[in-house]
Amino acid sequence: MAVLRVKFTKTKRDKLAQVLWILNWVSVVTGLVLFSLGLFLKVEINKRWELMAERDIHYIPNMLISVGLIACAINFLGGKICYDCVDTTKFLRWKLLLLPYIVCTFFFTFCILVGALMCYSMRGELEGALTEGLREAMRLYKDTDTPGRCFLKRTLDTLQMEFQCCGNAGFRDWFQIQWISNRYLDVAKKEVVDRLRSNVEGRYLLDGVPFSCCNTFSPRPCIQHQITNNSAHFNYEYQTEELNLWMKGCRQALLEYYTYIMQSIGLTVLIIWLFELSVLTGVRYLQTSLENLMRLGDPESESEGWLLENSFVETARSNFNIIKSLGKCNQIDTVQNGDPNIDVPSTAHYGPANVPTKHISQAC
Amino acid sequence: MAVLKVTFTKAERDKLAHVLWVLNWISVVSGVILFGLGVFLKVEIQKRQELMSNHEIDYVPHMLLTTGIVACCINFLGGKICYDCVDTTKFLRWKLVMLPYIVCTFFFTFCILVGALMCYTMHNKLDELLYIGLRNAMRYYKDTDTPGRCYLKGTVDMLQIHFQCCGNAGYRDWFHIQWISNRYLNMSSSEVMDRVRSNVDGKYLMDGVPFSCCNTYSPRPCIQHQVTNNSAHFNYDHQTDQRNLWKGGCRQALLDHYTSIMQSISLIVFLIWLFELLVLTGVRYLQTAMENLLRQGDPDSESDGWILENSLAETARYNFNIIKNLGKCYQVDDDDPNINIPTIAQQEVPPRQILLEK
Repeated sequence: MAVLRVKFTKTKRDKLAQVLWILNWVSVVTGLVLFSLGLFLKVEINKRWELMAERDIHYIPNMLISVGLIACAINFLGGKICYDCVDTTKFLRWKLLLLPYIVCTFFFTFCILVGALMCYSMRGELEGALTEGLREAMRLYKDTDTPGRCFLKRTLDTLQMEFQCCGNAGFRDWFQIQWISNRYLDVAKKEVVDRLRSNVEGRYLLDGVPFSCCNTFSPRPCIQHQITNNSAHFNYEYQTEELNLWMKGCRQALLEYYTYIMQSIGLTVLIIWLFELSVLTGVRYLQTSLENLMRLGDPESESEGWLLENSFVETARSNFNIIKSLGKCNQIDTVQNGDPNIDVPSTAHYGPANVPTKHISQAC
Repeated sequence: MAVLKVTFTKAERDKLAHVLWVLNWISVVSGVILFGLGVFLKVEIQKRQELMSNHEIDYVPHMLLTTGIVACCINFLGGKICYDCVDTTKFLRWKLVMLPYIVCTFFFTFCILVGALMCYTMHNKLDELLYIGLRNAMRYYKDTDTPGRCYLKGTVDMLQIHFQCCGNAGYRDWFHIQWISNRYLNMSSSEVMDRVRSNVDGKYLMDGVPFSCCNTYSPRPCIQHQVTNNSAHFNYDHQTDQRNLWKGGCRQALLDHYTSIMQSISLIVFLIWLFELLVLTGVRYLQTAMENLLRQGDPDSESDGWILENSLAETARYNFNIIKNLGKCYQVDDDDPNINIPTIAQQEVPPRQILLEK
């Protein structure tokens, strides 16, 4: 009882082969699209490597890149096969290869689906990487004289201005970090020494933020020092003032940005997966109809194509048996001494029953 | 004595017509490119229109837009003509149009050249516009409560951050402007009153700049207030500290930005002009070759093509005479029999003589 059986005339078969040839080439292009999406994502993540802690998030763009390349190769081969399938003689070249090709491509489409789902699941890892990375970057903000860290100030300033955010979760994160280097603090001054002594670690903490936290949409000039002190500034109340500094945290801003990219990429990959599946279905129909044609003998006649020869359950059972017997032929079968290749010392004597040698010489 | 005469066989003429047909279609694409360049320039100018004092500069993108559209139409027509020129019978349709078409296109290419040169000359006008525009924008920086000016603060801040510049010619421009609104100044404080009284206009001036002037490459946190006061900040010398604020003025930064755009655009327009001239030369050769062919009568024979039938001086003199005569035919000419002039002489025949002869 074949699954989804369809009858094909000769013209239908030829048309199917040609359409599949074109669709396979379109799939090569989609493979390139997958590759470039992976490359784009890799570049975007690398652009901000200084702000991400060491986490394993590079596997997603790497997966997309490799899946894209394999999809190109597979669909290029598929295009070649479908092009040859119009001619029955050329089909014979590919006859043995076609079924393994279809099986491989079927499992490969799962890889594409996995790639799409991974894009959606990356969020959690990314959030962790960003939290840690931003915290470290803010801590090292003041170390502009240390090699290897001297660009962190600029990176953070540019990030806060570009993404319109301040701090990790909000601007108050800056109150808990010493972001002014000791090189620029006059430790002879009493006020500075008081601040340094006011906390356990001897850090210079203040209720101020770097200039890059300033909101450009504010109607008044930016207040970046003594933010929580209402009396330090005229006509200012920090609890109600929402436009002075950027209110959003940079972790949230970056997460939204990357989530948007990931969701777009995930959607594109899902669409590509559906397309690949439809092309694969067409190739399967073409393969079964051409094989049935071979069986019938007449190249001009109608033939049937299907997805599976028997029902799904029967096919699964027969494949399972095949895999079981594949496994069995490597075992030593000790239950029956049926295998002539195994060297088992037998207890039987060679030759017929004992014949006295006297008789044989008299006969001669 | 024809200028640059070339002899064309039938095959050469057909090939020329085909090639010109393709080239004319490429010219249509270049006309579209011209139009696109005009749109791009207009958008770039619109983006910063708040910082330019008026819209005088709009004539350059408008010129590019119209030139682009006209180039598309002209070359579309040229393509159609060249396509028909392969067949002598179809050529007869266009015979009368071709010479005026070539003359018009020749003058039109001058428009393209003028467009390219305008892009270069825009520089000075732009400098002036930006100087006035930026000065006004900085003056109204504090007026965030005045409708129509409330976005100027944001615009100037974004400009200084994006172009990495400060003030008009430099950061000191901010020292001569009150950029903090009176709404945020405590008028009862003696320090504020001293500053306000210290100058004739009663403005609150200070040696400070807005936060958007801060240089992101600076190794130390930004010093934006008391910029010239070395003792106000630890380990600071404003004469030697080059990285605290952006050094360049915004006028220069914007001018450089627009100049590079204009130079690229005018280079492309210049190349398009050369291409159009080339296509026009080909069309002229085709036209003269086809006309000479018609004069000879045999459609398969060879014919000559040229740029000008006589030398340049003779052609110029001939055309000048035509223009002079065109002008003359509107003057009153004594030899014209159509003009009704009452004559003085009249034939006086006595009526008696006429009767006697009868």
